[in-house]
Amino acid sequence: MTLFQSINEFVVRFANTNGTGSASANNMFAKAIMRMGLPVSAKNIFPSNIQGMPTWFEVRISEKDFLGRRDGAPEVVVAMNAQTIADDIESVQPGGFLLYDSSRILPQRLMRKEVNFLGMPISDICRAEYSDPRQRQLFKNVIYVGALAALLGLDFKVLKELVSDQFKGKEKLIRPNIYALELGFEFANKQFTCPLPVCVERRDLIGERILVDGNTACALGAVYGGATVVGWYPITPSTSVIEKFASYCQRLRIDPASGQKNYAIVQAEDELAAIGIAMGGGWSGARVFTATSGPGISLMTEFLGLAYFAEIPLVLMNVQRAGPSTGMPTRTQQSDMLTCAYASHGDSKQILLIPSTPKECFEFSALAFDLADRLQTPIIVMTDLDMGMNFHLSEPFNWDDEHEYDLGKVLDSDELEQVVDFGRYLDVDGDGICYRTLPGTHPTKGAFFTRGTSHNEYAVYTEKGEDYIHNMERLERKFITALQYLPKPDININAKAKRVGLVFYGSTAEAMPEAVSLLSEQGVKANTLRIRSFPFSAQISSFIHEHEMVFIIEQNRDGQVRKLLCNEMEIDPASMFALLHYDGLAITAQFIVEAVQARLAEHTEQAAS
Amino acid sequence: MSYIKPQFRHPRLQVNDLGLTHRDYEGALSTLCAGCGHDSITSAVAQACAELSLPPHRIAKLSGIGCSSKAPNYFLNNAHGFNTVHGRMPSVATGANMANRDLIYLGMSGDGDSASIGFGQFAHVVRRRLNMLYMVANNGVYGLTKGQLAATAEQGMKSKSGEVSLFTDIDLCVSALQFGATFVARSFSGDKSQLVPLIKAAISHKGFAFIDIISPCVTFNNNPESNRSYDYVHDHITTAAVADFVPVKQEIRCENGQSDSEDICLHDGSILRLSRIDADYDAHDRIKAMTKIEQFKSEGKILTGLMYIDPEADDYHEINNTSDTPLNSLKQKTLCPGNHVLQTINESFR
Repeated sequence: MTLFQSINEFVVRFANTNGTGSASANNMFAKAIMRMGLPVSAKNIFPSNIQGMPTWFEVRISEKDFLGRRDGAPEVVVAMNAQTIADDIESVQPGGFLLYDSSRILPQRLMRKEVNFLGMPISDICRAEYSDPRQRQLFKNVIYVGALAALLGLDFKVLKELVSDQFKGKEKLIRPNIYALELGFEFANKQFTCPLPVCVERRDLIGERILVDGNTACALGAVYGGATVVGWYPITPSTSVIEKFASYCQRLRIDPASGQKNYAIVQAEDELAAIGIAMGGGWSGARVFTATSGPGISLMTEFLGLAYFAEIPLVLMNVQRAGPSTGMPTRTQQSDMLTCAYASHGDSKQILLIPSTPKECFEFSALAFDLADRLQTPIIVMTDLDMGMNFHLSEPFNWDDEHEYDLGKVLDSDELEQVVDFGRYLDVDGDGICYRTLPGTHPTKGAFFTRGTSHNEYAVYTEKGEDYIHNMERLERKFITALQYLPKPDININAKAKRVGLVFYGSTAEAMPEAVSLLSEQGVKANTLRIRSFPFSAQISSFIHEHEMVFIIEQNRDGQVRKLLCNEMEIDPASMFALLHYDGLAITAQFIVEAVQARLAEHTEQAAS
Repeated sequence: MSYIKPQFRHPRLQVNDLGLTHRDYEGALSTLCAGCGHDSITSAVAQACAELSLPPHRIAKLSGIGCSSKAPNYFLNNAHGFNTVHGRMPSVATGANMANRDLIYLGMSGDGDSASIGFGQFAHVVRRRLNMLYMVANNGVYGLTKGQLAATAEQGMKSKSGEVSLFTDIDLCVSALQFGATFVARSFSGDKSQLVPLIKAAISHKGFAFIDIISPCVTFNNNPESNRSYDYVHDHITTAAVADFVPVKQEIRCENGQSDSEDICLHDGSILRLSRIDADYDAHDRIKAMTKIEQFKSEGKILTGLMYIDPEADDYHEINNTSDTPLNSLKQKTLCPGNHVLQTINESFR
């Protein structure tokens, strides 16, 4: 029997059944690895279903700090779902290990010679230990984590600490969980040679980093950005943005003296109302947001057009999933880029912020509120399911206490007194951004009528061609002004010769360091540019022009950002090769490398012929 | 017709407690058809606000799209207005109200706006108990698109072009009652003596107040076959309860010989004096109100006046326990927990 060997570089895949409480046990496993100082990422591959369907959880441990999803077979599989057992056995890397429930004997036909089967009668153990069916179910997960601790060399003390941290305030639960961990740990120690040749060793590679999902980070960004009014409608994978926001508000935004809430979260009747609520709040001068995903974006576009044209600040967090239509609700994609950039009918355009790490999710979400107020327009934070719902190792969040909210050009009552000629849409400063007033400010000055119909500089309805054009050109000017406030692209020059340029954005970033490293090992030095906002910075077109072969790497079918680059920057389409991954799972370094190599080979061939 | 409103004010024009005249409550010149019922509503709103001595700038006027939704343009020039999108005024009003609970919210809507495209939003703003006055200028037709039948047109109603309404109408008062409105009234744009006190009482009511205002469309729905025409409404109208509004500062005098009258104290201390036409009518009984409306309709009559009121009901902010200070005026110091808190949050991710 071959035994696969690896210390600190491998993947563990858990096969579970949806709704059995496995997620928290699996998270505990991932966190324990991190607490041992090892870089780790955790991806939940789950169905659009509540209970009973197959679900997988993939933990990648990488001393090299390569944390994107990895192609190829996992070294260790924990097979706890009878429904998928045949496939799970099939999925193990030759020489790898399969921990399975041996309470029922596996049919001989499923056995593979090149896989090491580790049978543990986990259902029998649970039946003997617990009388309550729910407990049997829940502790099963904790027991296999205990067994893995022995098999993979996890520090048991770390697990115990984790349990204590997790159940702080619910002390009664600590003891039974530790007991379940011990059950698994002792069984594995007795029955198997522990640790396996695939195992972890403590390192000190984490530094200050944290393990967190993007939705939590966005929610925190909203708290720190000063959001007070939320309109929302539940939709996967954005729901936890609001749920987390609500739970942080419960802790941080209730006035201790009065017990009153310094926020209002309205669960609306639909997405139309969700963004309508945000818009009303933005009009009234509160910091507002909503969160949604693809189908919600479709419903919100009418309001986005109004917000663009009437110039109302609001923040929209779009956690993208696979479309079109209902698409694959629990699979990731970056396929709302065009829809969001040009949301709504007529000549309209929206500002996009595109974070790549939880830290950026936090920072961009907070920044979005400043930008919305400064630019008086919707700001859309574009993340995706992979970024939003999976755990990523990230630099810790930081808040500059010196930073003051940018409330933009709002005239208060005293300022209005000084103004002789107030016009809501008068471009006083020439930057395309006009002064606004909030309802209720002044008895006789500054009131105006907000409308989605065309208006002149004094907010009065008009169908005069020149007034309309004047207004539309100012809006365009505002977008040029916006560029100075938006995050610049992140450019990494690794190679002196500017032959290969890789352009990417969002959650794709997690796979990039590994892709660049693999390419480099294969003799291809590549420079990278990560887009962080729309409208695009001129640096992007320079980068593209400076490189001989440019790949625009995206997780959608149509190369949406590539099209947007062609459209907005008038870049020759032939100078950008679309590198596209869109099966609903996160892109991998291997995929990128193969696509780049294939294209390079093709290019060489063309040059030769 | 002049397109410029004269600035001249008669020096002896009556002033209210704020020293403002009726003219201070007016808006832009109307672009609705001459004789449009909506213009009468506009004038009733201005009169009600003037009589209540409300500072015009503390009012926010919101609407959707349509003839009715243009109307807020024509009252309260010093108030901020918002023409939102078709049928979606309720959500925008909700957001505005969440941001600043101190303003007075007047929503103006139409039958297409509220009973069709925005019926969902209408239902939900009612059940959210938003503190606002929601008025529907209801003429049973779509004016701006030139005369199609609305969902509030009663079965059998014939439009000017001869189109007959084939389906059951949506009665917005019955709907509002069912959705949980705490103030429900119906009135007629041609009867200011009834409409003005109702608007005043509705504005003073805490929580969601709804007034369905029958407002005949002179251009598309004033034909003899239409039961939304001026003549038809005049001939078939019956009042459930006559409302008289006594502002908070005014002395309340008992009027002799009105044994069927009731004084309802509103949350700001104002008094709503109800005189019932029908001795059996009880304006605190939601179910009976719905029954009465339907009964009248089956008899070809239109029930108007205040149909239901719950003066004790809470509004959204009370239910939600929102800060008394409007959310839009909370400062960064209150809202931002600061870096030290963030560092403890970071710890929870390790």
